Amino acid sequence: MSTHKPLPRWVDIALMPALNVALAFVVGGLAVAAVGEDPFRAMQVLIFGAFGYGEGWGFTLHFATSFVFTGLAVAVAYHAGLFNIGGEGQAYVAGLGAIMVALWLDQTHWVFVLVGSTFAAMTFGAIWAMIPGYLQAKRGSHIVITTIMFNFIASAFMSYMLAQVITRPGANAETETIAETGRLPLMSDFLPVFTFSPLNITFFIGILSLIFVYVLIWHTKLGYQIRTLGANPEAARYAGISAVAIIIIVMAISGALAGLMAVNEAVGVQKRLGVGYVQGFGFVGIAVAFMGRAHPIGIALAALLFGALYQGGQELAFVMPSVSSDLVVVIQALVILFTGAMSEMFKPVLLRLFNRASGEPETVGD
Amino acid sequence: MNFFSDVILMLDSSIRLAVPILLACLAGLYSERSGIVDIGLEGKMLGAAFAAAAIAAVTGSAWLGLLAAIFVSSGMAMIHAIASINMRGNQIISGVALNFLALGATVFVGHSWFKRGGSTPNLGTDARFSPIELPFAEQLGGIPIVGEIYEQLISGHNLIVYVAFLAVPVTAWVLFRTRFGLRLRAVGENPTALDTAGISVTKLRYQALIIGGILCGLAGAYLSTGQGASFSDNMTAGRGFIALAALIFAKWRPVPALWTCLLFGVLSAAQIRLQGVEFPLIGEVPVQAIQALPYILTVVLLAGFIGRSVAPKAVGQPYIKER
Repeated sequence: MSTHKPLPRWVDIALMPALNVALAFVVGGLAVAAVGEDPFRAMQVLIFGAFGYGEGWGFTLHFATSFVFTGLAVAVAYHAGLFNIGGEGQAYVAGLGAIMVALWLDQTHWVFVLVGSTFAAMTFGAIWAMIPGYLQAKRGSHIVITTIMFNFIASAFMSYMLAQVITRPGANAETETIAETGRLPLMSDFLPVFTFSPLNITFFIGILSLIFVYVLIWHTKLGYQIRTLGANPEAARYAGISAVAIIIIVMAISGALAGLMAVNEAVGVQKRLGVGYVQGFGFVGIAVAFMGRAHPIGIALAALLFGALYQGGQELAFVMPSVSSDLVVVIQALVILFTGAMSEMFKPVLLRLFNRASGEPETVGD
Repeated sequence: MNFFSDVILMLDSSIRLAVPILLACLAGLYSERSGIVDIGLEGKMLGAAFAAAAIAAVTGSAWLGLLAAIFVSSGMAMIHAIASINMRGNQIISGVALNFLALGATVFVGHSWFKRGGSTPNLGTDARFSPIELPFAEQLGGIPIVGEIYEQLISGHNLIVYVAFLAVPVTAWVLFRTRFGLRLRAVGENPTALDTAGISVTKLRYQALIIGGILCGLAGAYLSTGQGASFSDNMTAGRGFIALAALIFAKWRPVPALWTCLLFGVLSAAQIRLQGVEFPLIGEVPVQAIQALPYILTVVLLAGFIGRSVAPKAVGQPYIKER
């Protein structure tokens, strides 16, 4: 392999992920065909459901906003060489902080609710992620296992809180509803094209987060330290970078980002907190981060794709009753598998292709 | 005597609850001892549970269901093997993907086959693994304590329960008394040494993952055709992750794995029994606290506050053969 020329950069960062995602969709299409439906029509329904009309767009962008948060959370940790599977639990616990502040301030003005609940969600998410971070940094317990355990602990803790502590009397484990005065404005208030979609002002926080992560990772000293630690922990140590501090800080940032989902979903749309409100969106973040190659631009595109899948998938299940919306979960799994675990699947083929195209003589053996 | 039979009843349900965790835990043991992280236990179990219930519902045979469960679970293990052994991909990501694959695919396929929103039809007695009465259970049941334990606790479980408990000494024997076991332990610690000795790292790891696939298949079949009588959406409900916790707790050893899984079984049985019970001094313990206990214990153990649990050294790293 040593005599091969390396692949061009665009192949590495664009073509290979695109091929992997395309493969995931091909397999998804085969699954649709297997249950006796036309995959091309399914694709049409899906695209129309996601982008065909204003309300669809609104839902797509709303889901995408949540996925941007959970995707960035995974990506930031990944740059430091940490795999944070705990986005689900972090977003869940963040919901507690967000809703408590929102309910506290809901008689004032939505601006206070937005600022207050954003701050609280980030704090709660950060704390929930910092504990595994601390345990990894100081006690050497593997972050993957600890964050998985923390998802389950969060789920038990939250169902206790929602059933016993901040519950609405008479309700089945959910909080009070945010008063009219404190509700976040919907996009449809300004742009009627979004009609009944839940897209709200948190969308802009999503865009700010993307820019923040870009600047943080590639244009700050901390970002440089994060990337150094992720690329080569030994080198980071010799450069005088404290792994303990970086790991804890990165996990805090990661948890805070995951926590922002609470503002979008719980405060912005449901206006209360119920059991299991995260609905697996924390895990979607994993797929989004890998597909987007942990880069904000990639993550924005991947989040949009998954937003479209989630919105279009519901439309699809409605139009084609034999196709359940769980098809989306299957495609999500395949995207994680192909872009995450089998990312170099097409590399040998592409290498041969590009070497031949550039007129190099075929080299013998490797 | 009321207290005694209460304890027996609770232990009995603990055993039932421990079995799927134990089987998955042993599956994880083979895989991780060989150096492959197995986050996908949950998914393999879920896929197997669906296959068992679906095939048993269609054919009316629990055995064909079990076969299908093992086939599906091993097939998923092979995807994991290709990704993590051949393609040298990230084993954690591959496991995560398998979990979602099972979560989505079982409901997707179930929805299209049975039109019940992802569940399978209820199975009749023939299509399930029914309780086995051990010899003389009835006669010995009259003897106080020993006889009662024999009749009510040891006898009357289905086949998979006995297989699960048998799998513990078998695994211990394989791991510590056979050549295969020695190599398996070695490949998880130092694959280069094994490769140098002319033993195929790839083959050993494939073997370990196949065994894990079979065990997860048994666990899944137990859930949907032994303990339960149908498949429902996400019916494993995190048992694969509890098994992973148990594996860490047991420090990757088979006999401690048995005790840990039984402990976790007792905890989940207690969860049901202790609902609304007032304790002296502390009052009512929230169910959720007991629910979270296995996970909290694992975190505490992993952090080294009560002993240390160290994974096989080569776990998670793809093996790259030197040329």
